[in-house]
Amino acid sequence: MQLAFSADQQVLAEAFGQFFSRESPTSVVRRAEPLGFDAPLWNALGAMEVWGSDATLSDLCVIGETAGHALAPVPFAEHVVVSRLLARPALLSGDSVGAISPREANAQGIWSIVPAGAIADIVVGLDGDEFVAVASPAPFAGPANHACAPLADRDSRSGERSVIGNRHHFERSMSELKVITASMLVGVAALALEMGVEYVQQRHQFGVPIGSFQTVQHGLADLPGRIDGARLLTHQAAQALDLGRVGHNAVANNDITDPHSLASMALLFASDIAADATARSLHFHGGYGFSDEYDIQLAYRRARGWALVLGDPTAERLALANRLWPSAVRP
Amino acid sequence: MDFELAPEVVRYRERVREIIAAHHTPEAVQHQHASGTFNNPALNRALAAEGLVERAVPGLGAGDPIELWVLFNEMEKAGAPLDALAMAVMIAGVVQHVGTAEQKAAVIPAVTAGDALICLGYSEADAGSDLSSLTTRATRDGDQWVINGAKMWTTMAHEARWVILLARTDASLPRHRGLTMFLLPMDTPGVRVDPVHTMATERTNATFYDDVRVGDHCVLGEVNGGWQVMSVALSFERGVMGGSNPGVSLLRHSAQWAHDSRRINEPAVREKLARVAIDNHVAALLTQRSAWIAASGGMPGLEGSMTKLFASEAYQQASRWFQEMAGAEGLLQFQQPGAAADGWIEYDARHSPVTTIYGGTSEIIRNNIAERHLGLPRMRR
Repeated sequence: MQLAFSADQQVLAEAFGQFFSRESPTSVVRRAEPLGFDAPLWNALGAMEVWGSDATLSDLCVIGETAGHALAPVPFAEHVVVSRLLARPALLSGDSVGAISPREANAQGIWSIVPAGAIADIVVGLDGDEFVAVASPAPFAGPANHACAPLADRDSRSGERSVIGNRHHFERSMSELKVITASMLVGVAALALEMGVEYVQQRHQFGVPIGSFQTVQHGLADLPGRIDGARLLTHQAAQALDLGRVGHNAVANNDITDPHSLASMALLFASDIAADATARSLHFHGGYGFSDEYDIQLAYRRARGWALVLGDPTAERLALANRLWPSAVRP
Repeated sequence: MDFELAPEVVRYRERVREIIAAHHTPEAVQHQHASGTFNNPALNRALAAEGLVERAVPGLGAGDPIELWVLFNEMEKAGAPLDALAMAVMIAGVVQHVGTAEQKAAVIPAVTAGDALICLGYSEADAGSDLSSLTTRATRDGDQWVINGAKMWTTMAHEARWVILLARTDASLPRHRGLTMFLLPMDTPGVRVDPVHTMATERTNATFYDDVRVGDHCVLGEVNGGWQVMSVALSFERGVMGGSNPGVSLLRHSAQWAHDSRRINEPAVREKLARVAIDNHVAALLTQRSAWIAASGGMPGLEGSMTKLFASEAYQQASRWFQEMAGAEGLLQFQQPGAAADGWIEYDARHSPVTTIYGGTSEIIRNNIAERHLGLPRMRR
């Protein structure tokens, strides 16, 4: 048991923390809006040799948190999942961008509001019971959205289409997407807390820093334990997926080891704390938090956008309940 | 990170589970609720008989240090009464840490046999969150100490063999500095115990100390070093020793209610079940992290505080959700026909309020996190 980063993971966290703070300051995040993609950053990240490395999901969650903390305008989670799935040379070099559609294709074969869909030239997802990969040109445009994320509708039946698996394989990839997204949301939450702590010490009202008021302190003090909890849960889910065991859901004994349940729980808990941490931090910024000029609004919008593009959390909780309490009452 | 328990610890956990299953019977539970004394001596002795208590005492070194968490987490998840044994094991750990050879010889075998209980004499009627303002005093008279004062919330005092008593020994020193911890036998002349009954059935006590005379052998740790002794005890207590997973038995009972009342398929019910399952799981992970830090030689004071804050607030929220969903049946108590989850839903709603109070209120914990973890300026009072 080791409930902190390993020595190797600490090295990763430091290296990628430095990389993203150098290459993805909020000026870069702003420059990438509204599309939500920065090509120079993407190329620099490719040179870090993340794609196609033998990094475990746990390691990728360490990196994902640093990407989230920098609000990096690159499709980190989506590309991790697709490049682990397909391992095509263009994906591993970063010349191609991968995306995965959380939603099944509709009757016309359209995947709607695909995360990274605006910039990906390889999109994977379900069309009926087939898990397919489609290579087609990226539109580099999409609907204006809350998070300035590169979302777009994509056609599952045009372009170069290949069947890569079934629903079972899709579920596995979705669990990976949930875990990596959770790690990024942990980074967003940690960033929001840091921004809030810094601001309430600078901002003076009534002749004192507002951070000396107990109501402000308590609003922030609730957050670090929940952020730590989200990080632990995310890494437990990643380890469970890495080990590849079936696991079980002994919920009556609080003993859940099924990787897919853990991935779902990690996404839900991390989404919740990212939404709360950004909301509280923005609130403690007062009116400035609401202005475009301050950075907390960038974090606030991504905390919601990066989570909700995977779906309604209530639906995710109900899907989790189906895993934890599968038996139904007979009428 | 690595979340896997060592095989030895897994075996320890399995044996603890078996013993709990054998001794934590419906009759034992009924007896606790009828008597107000939340302790199961047969369970404590059965665990002790196989050395499972001794292995868990911090610093004794018999087992993997993580077993402290395993023991009390399993008891808590099963809904077995654990506070009495947990206090004794925690104080045994403190005695192991700072006690004299004589104190170790008296306390540790008695606790590891599952026999002796030890209660905590910290709070007073007018010194709760502001503990360092306490007024119980111990004055020097020749080679003796003379103790006078009163303590509140001395739970299990009516069954305990010792109390660890925080008393002022030097009023001239700053408030935290002039305190000394005493390890006082409860049968010392001048000690009196009065019951205090609570909303959650469990009995606690007020204890009174009138000209209680003891020698230096009853001083635990250094004279005027009582605050440090208490910090050692708190670092074992918060988060590590149970009290951070009460939502597990709540969820089990709530799922039982949902099945019994045929509401298990309602999305509103299922969503809340899922939420509580996640919170319980996170509370366990945070507790496990505190335990891991302690087992690795650290002092998880702040981490344990964050754990306690999160777990108790989540449990309170959850108990309210399920009592509301159960509606009128959620009001019915044990043994009443139709009571939701046989009365457990109502019981949790009575029990949960205390969890954000005892062992450090949520407000005191938030103050500590704000100042010591986030580095915010000392608060404006």
